[in-house]
Amino acid sequence: MQALYAQLLVGLINGSFYALLSLGLAVIFGMLNIINFAHGALYMMGAFCAYFLLNVTGMGYWWALIIAPIAVGIFGMILERTMLQWLTGLDHLYGLLLTFGIALIVQGVFQNYFGSSGLPYAIPDYPQIGDCSPNAPQGAICFRGLQGGMNLGFMFLPIYRGWVVIFSLVVCIATWFLIEKTRLGAYLRAATENPTLVRAFGINVPRMITLTYGLGVGLAALAGVLSAPINQVRPLMGADLIIVVFAVVVIGGMGSIMGSIITGFALGVIEGLTKYFYPEASNTVVFVLMVLVLLIKPTGLTGRAA
Amino acid sequence: MKHRISALFLGTALAIAAGGGAVAQDKTVKIGVLTDNSGLYSDLGGAGSTLAAQMAVEDSGLAAKGWKIDIVSADHQNKPDIATTIARQWIDVEKVDIFMDVLNSGVALAVNNLVKEKNSIMINTGAATSDLTNAQCSPNTVHWVYDTYMLANSTGQALVKAGGDTWYFLTADYAFGHALERDTTAVVVKSGGKVIGGVKHPLNSSDFSSFLLQAQASKAKIVGMANAGGDTTNTIKQASEFGIVAGGQKLAGLLLFITDVHSLGLKVAQGLNFTETFYWDLNDGTRAFSKRFSERMKNKAMPSMVQAGVYSGLIHYFKTIDAMGGNPHDGAKVVAKMKEMPTDDALFGKGTIRADGRKIHPAYLFEVKKPSDSKGPWDYYKLIGTTPGDQAFRPLSESACPLVKK
Repeated sequence: MQALYAQLLVGLINGSFYALLSLGLAVIFGMLNIINFAHGALYMMGAFCAYFLLNVTGMGYWWALIIAPIAVGIFGMILERTMLQWLTGLDHLYGLLLTFGIALIVQGVFQNYFGSSGLPYAIPDYPQIGDCSPNAPQGAICFRGLQGGMNLGFMFLPIYRGWVVIFSLVVCIATWFLIEKTRLGAYLRAATENPTLVRAFGINVPRMITLTYGLGVGLAALAGVLSAPINQVRPLMGADLIIVVFAVVVIGGMGSIMGSIITGFALGVIEGLTKYFYPEASNTVVFVLMVLVLLIKPTGLTGRAA
Repeated sequence: MKHRISALFLGTALAIAAGGGAVAQDKTVKIGVLTDNSGLYSDLGGAGSTLAAQMAVEDSGLAAKGWKIDIVSADHQNKPDIATTIARQWIDVEKVDIFMDVLNSGVALAVNNLVKEKNSIMINTGAATSDLTNAQCSPNTVHWVYDTYMLANSTGQALVKAGGDTWYFLTADYAFGHALERDTTAVVVKSGGKVIGGVKHPLNSSDFSSFLLQAQASKAKIVGMANAGGDTTNTIKQASEFGIVAGGQKLAGLLLFITDVHSLGLKVAQGLNFTETFYWDLNDGTRAFSKRFSERMKNKAMPSMVQAGVYSGLIHYFKTIDAMGGNPHDGAKVVAKMKEMPTDDALFGKGTIRADGRKIHPAYLFEVKKPSDSKGPWDYYKLIGTTPGDQAFRPLSESACPLVKK
């Protein structure tokens, strides 16, 4: 039973990556109608950005958490301005092919320079809270940034993993709030429904769409920074993940913000349980679910009929 | 007049004989480097293997003797079906004489069958499965660098001797992982240890926390990683995060390459024990080669044992066909000759190739240095034990290979 709790928690951790990534995809699809296959590559760029910030400028994890999403987000906006915007109104297939091509190029360039094994990135060891000096008394409380872990009774939880779950939950809910509950979000949703009318009210729709793409890309980069200390920073880290994330989006319903968040976490948990009960199937379970959902409810669990 | 005519006849006969000789002595060779150029194993093989092949061609001196040697390279994407399609094309259309590298055990076993069927040659330097020289052995295949039996034998035995008598396996779920787990289990049990469990994970996983928790709960003293490349580095990194080593369990990297250690960094990798048959800093010969190699690599990486094996294997192949006076384009014949001739190069030292196709050389047990002991990039290993070649690999008496006469 204890092992089961542990697997549930671990599943939740993986789920937070799925949620963050599928959220970005859902935002982009919902607002731009583009199936963003470059999402995995942009996620990888976020992780590499963190690596460069640390090794070139000396700026650590906390800076990376802010700077990497902005930097990669700007890269995304340039992509949108120079390439993606010309695809408005065309069949989905064109956006898919373009972004897939971009992903292959970006990954190829990174792999050419950095190989496939990846680069190390450590869990941050600052700020230090409590008495961390070498001659601290026994039992003194000491937190070295997000390093170390705590014993929950049923498992040893690395502090960093706990942080990932909480932080991504906060980001997910904030994004949902921004799009569903604020005035800006209302403009955005209106612009998707009827861009001409929204323009008539004096709102710069193309700029808003560029910013939205930047936001979605920024979310991917943020997930990249979060995963850098857990996985190796590798050029293919996104390619391995993105297929699963697409399945998550399909199961949750394309374009549904809350749907993708909830499905992300839920699938992480289901995958975690599979790893425990039948590990050989852990890479396939998500796709089996996807097939089942598509057969029963083709619009996804929370999707509306088109 | 009579003399003149006979002289003319003699001259013609000589000319025909010389011409005929030139046809018999075909001095063209085509080398195919079949490897993972884009996936998780591309750092330990990949472009580095092609570079090693080029260096072998340059160092062989065969060009000066009138040989014409071409190299082709392809990415098999770790998929046996793609690999056999490429291999078929190479043999039938491109007339490739010899396959090098062929890492990934699943791919290697598939190509092994094809190479035998088509009477080509494979010098396998990348795949681990010991089946290549056991039940699946072939008169057309030489297994050069290492195999699962040797890894299990060296690392497994050393760890059980050091007190690690209960094992839990994290195994990559394909031919290689299964072979490595099977061979290591045999060694552990033979040395008096016990295997108390294991879990099989899909190839190329990114998250190992579930599997590591199961390993932790098993309370085994040794967590044996029967996987490779990116799977191993992620396992090691996440094991340190989940406090596996801090909790008293020891990680055993059954197959670790220098590129993995480089990618992990010494802080995470320090203290790991594992076995390789080549390290750039072993002696003057390996250092000289590795320095030349690294200067030509895009990311200045030192050679892995797989890449070093490509060089060493080709040097021996070139010596053999040079001794034969030409390329007979007959795989089994060349391999038989390769087995007759002793091997000798700067990288793996003196050795032999056994009847079953197993290349024999010493195996080295290494420990990863502490960051404070390392003098700079790529100075990673401390040699802690050497198994002589005749003891490192599966003895012929235990072999199931039909080529071995008993």
